[in-house]
Amino acid sequence: MSNVPSELRFTKSHEWIRLEDDGSVTIGITDHAQDLLGDLVFVETPEVGATYATGDDCAVVESVKAASDVYSPLSGEVTQTNEELADAPEVINTDPYGKGWIFKMTLADEGELDGLLDATAYGEQIAAE
Amino acid sequence: MGKQTPLYKAHVEASARIVDFGGWDMPLHYGSQMKEHELVRNSAGIFDVSHMTVVDLSGERVAEFLRYLLANNIDRLKQPGKALYTCMLNEEGGVIDDLIVYYINDRFYRMVVNASTREKDLAWIEKQAASFNIDINERDDLAMIAVQGPQAREKVHAVLSKLGNKKERVAELGQFFMAMFDDDWAIARTGYTGEDGYEVILPNKDATPFWDDCVAQGVKPAGLGARDTLRLEAGMNLYGSDMDETTTPLESALGWTVAWEPEERDFIGRNILVAQKSAGVKRKLVGLLLEEKGVLRNHQAVLVDGLEAGEITSGSYAPSLGKAIAFARVSADIGERAKVDIRGKQVDVRVVKPPFVRNGKAVV
Repeated sequence: MSNVPSELRFTKSHEWIRLEDDGSVTIGITDHAQDLLGDLVFVETPEVGATYATGDDCAVVESVKAASDVYSPLSGEVTQTNEELADAPEVINTDPYGKGWIFKMTLADEGELDGLLDATAYGEQIAAE
Repeated sequence: MGKQTPLYKAHVEASARIVDFGGWDMPLHYGSQMKEHELVRNSAGIFDVSHMTVVDLSGERVAEFLRYLLANNIDRLKQPGKALYTCMLNEEGGVIDDLIVYYINDRFYRMVVNASTREKDLAWIEKQAASFNIDINERDDLAMIAVQGPQAREKVHAVLSKLGNKKERVAELGQFFMAMFDDDWAIARTGYTGEDGYEVILPNKDATPFWDDCVAQGVKPAGLGARDTLRLEAGMNLYGSDMDETTTPLESALGWTVAWEPEERDFIGRNILVAQKSAGVKRKLVGLLLEEKGVLRNHQAVLVDGLEAGEITSGSYAPSLGKAIAFARVSADIGERAKVDIRGKQVDVRVVKPPFVRNGKAVV
C-alpha cells in the first residue's frame, strides 16, 4: 500500500505539496506515482524564477519505462529546485516525500491551497484507480 | 483479463507488476526493472517467455518449403539442433516477423515466432505451405523459460543434474544449438539479452517446478522491462518497433540475415530486396548514444543540419551504460553526429553501430 502522509496536500495528478512556515510550498510526486513509474533515471526540473499557473506542466520525471509530466499544483514562482536529482533521480523512488522533493515555489494566491486534496481524499482516489 | 502462461501464479506470488503484452498478462518487473537488468548482466536472471509461439513443421518437403518461406537459408544448418535467426518476408520484402528456426532432422524443423504476431504468422505459413503438404503444429502445450546471464549455464546445469540425463547433452551445447529430448523438453543455448544462457522449451506442467528449481539455485526472476533494455543494449531488434511489414531487412540492420547465395534460391520477397540493393538502400537502422542527460524515446525525430533525417524506433535508458541509447531509422548517408528532438529541445547524439553492450561490457 502506498504511503500518504497526513500533513501533506495532494493533486489528482499525483503531486504532493507541503506548506512551509514561511508561506512557500515544497512540491514532489507521491509514493504512488513513483511506484507506477518504476525506477527513475532522469528528472527535468523547472527553472528558478519561472512562473506557472495551476495545471501548467513544469517538470518531467522519466523512468526506464516512460516519461511523465509534473504539473504545477498552484500558481506562483519557482524559488529553488532539487539539484541532487541531476545525479541521483532514484531518491524519488526511495524517499519521495523527503530527499526526493522536486522544487519550491512562492504562491501567487494562498487561497488556491483550499483547492488541493487532503490525505484522506487522495488516499481514496488512488484506492479507486 | 488476458491470456496467462503456466507461470502466472508464480509471478503474482513473487509480487510482479503484471501488464498486458500482446494480449497476455505478463510480468513487467518484480520490484525494480533496473536491478533485474543488472542481475542478468552480472549473475543470472530467469524470464517467462511462454507467450512466444512454438511452431513445429514436418513433412517430406519441409526443407524445400523453408528455403522458399524464409529470407535466411536453412541449408546453412548442417548439424541437428542448430538454430538460425531469420526474417519471414511478404511479397513486398516487408518483414512479417523475425524468428528462430531450429533444424531437428531433414523432415522436422521447429520455429519460435513472436507472441504479438502469432495469428498472422500462422495464417501466412499455412497459406504458403498449401502446395508443400506440410504438417504445421502450433505447440500451445509448451511453455518457454529463458535463463540468462554469466552464471546462467552453471545454475541450469545444477537444476538439470537432478532431472534424468539432460545435463550431459546440454552442458556440451555450442552457441545457437538446441538439445531436444523425448519428454518434450528442448534446451537451446540462445537468448535475447546479449549474455550467455539457455532458452528452455518444456511441457506446461513442468514449467513451474523448473522455475522454482532455478529460483532455489539463486536465479532471480526478471520481467519484460529488463528484457527490453537488455536486448536494446545487445543490439537486438524488436519486431513491431524496429521493423515491420513496411520495412525490409536491408532498412532494419538485418541485411546479414538475408542469404543471397545461391542465386537460384527463390524466397518470398527476394526480387524486391535485389532491386532495393541494386538501386541503393535509402534508409538504415543505426544506434544512437546520448552523451548528456535525458532519455531517448520511440518516435522522437532525428535531425541533421536542422532537417529531419529519421526517427527513433526503440529508445530507452541503458542501465549498463548509465546513458540513454536508441535505434533509429535514418537516411543512409547520416554521419557520426546528429540531433534528437526531445520535447522541443535538440540534444546531441553520437551515431554508433550496435551492439552497445556485449557480455556485460560496454562496446561503444
